[in-house]
Amino acid sequence: MWGFYFNELIRSLPFFIKGLWMTVAVSGLSLIMGTIIGFIWGILRASRNKILRSLIGAWVDLIRGTPFLVQVFIVFFILPGIGIELEAFPAAVIALTNLAACFICEIVAGGILAVSSGQREAATASGLSAYQQLRHIILPQAMRTILPPLVGQYVLLVKDSSVVSAIGVVDVTRVGWLTVQRIPEGIMVFGLVGILYFIVCYPLINLSNILERRMTVGATRL
Amino acid sequence: MLEAFNFRVILEYMPLYLQCFLATLWLSALSLLGALLVGIIACTMRLSKSRVVSSISGVYIESIRSTPLLAQLYFFYFGLPSIGIMLPEWVTGVFALTLNSGAYYAEIVRSGIQAIPSGQIEAGIASGLNYFQRMRYIILPQALGMTIRPMLGQAIVLVKDSSLLSLISIMELTRAGQLLTSDRFMPAEGFLTTAAFYLIIYYMLKGFSSWSEKRLIFREAH
Repeated sequence: MWGFYFNELIRSLPFFIKGLWMTVAVSGLSLIMGTIIGFIWGILRASRNKILRSLIGAWVDLIRGTPFLVQVFIVFFILPGIGIELEAFPAAVIALTNLAACFICEIVAGGILAVSSGQREAATASGLSAYQQLRHIILPQAMRTILPPLVGQYVLLVKDSSVVSAIGVVDVTRVGWLTVQRIPEGIMVFGLVGILYFIVCYPLINLSNILERRMTVGATRL
Repeated sequence: MLEAFNFRVILEYMPLYLQCFLATLWLSALSLLGALLVGIIACTMRLSKSRVVSSISGVYIESIRSTPLLAQLYFFYFGLPSIGIMLPEWVTGVFALTLNSGAYYAEIVRSGIQAIPSGQIEAGIASGLNYFQRMRYIILPQALGMTIRPMLGQAIVLVKDSSLLSLISIMELTRAGQLLTSDRFMPAEGFLTTAAFYLIIYYMLKGFSSWSEKRLIFREAH
């Protein structure tokens, strides 16, 4: 039976590749938008504006305090109730983008606050505008602290994207779930799903480790 | 939207929610205990001098960290019966959560132990402390102080991850929201209440995390 199911599985490989492409599309789109929004929120969160700071902080807390699955359900089931009709794919991208933005916001804010205040004071004393300070003094130094956890966060988000299969987005996990109804060899089917995720995630994990080593070496050299 | 919000239904379902809240709590607590145990064992194996033992643990940690929990959950849920192991759903769920968080705890414990400079351990040996005394007075107090925050962070992740157990039809908080959605078609009431319960756990753990940082003052290792 094993051999028969294995052949069946090989024959449905194109289906899995399609699912992998969906996973990459959902997480890729969300990561790009989430990074942009996350940087903006992070910069605001590290700013001196108290209201903005605590508003963003409260939102980030709400998102970090609830499971992603519940957030996906809220976007998918509740937004239509207030007149925003969404297909599964955009709902998934919205939920994942928001999640990414919240986590990246904390990383960016942490990185900016880690830059010593003397740098900012010196920049102010040299007459740089707020934008110039951020662009030329603060962010380049903050990137050292931001980059390694940022890539690590990308890995977590690619993995979190599997949750959107629950609202019917046909990503790799969903393909596995559909296939296992037909080929009742769970270990084989989800072994394949695992391998496909591994192919996407493992290079990112390594990149994160390399960055971490590089950045610490760079920091000691300063 | 608020006038459409039906608080009466929430009250009616409150006993179910409380029951599910407790279920989430004890499913997470059980998995947390298991994960700590697995994490410590895996970390000890990872740091072992034997190549084979170390790489077994390495393969475990890396394969867990580079695949999503949902795929792991389905792997066991569909995979175990296909090799003839029949377990109740909740056992499969706790098993998957334990193995998943165990890999992360292994990394947290390892980072804590490795952060202690070897000179301190050598000094301990030179002062005539035996293995347990070195563990008790030199390594653990510092390692615990450094890792208590990431450990509580992982506990928060674990509680949120337990929401995925709803997808293999285990009764817990997220499942309660799904029930309210399918029985009464009230997703807003269902999932927002679910989210509120998760937030209770989140803020408690977060409060504990900042309390422990203030109270358990461990000096860093360098």
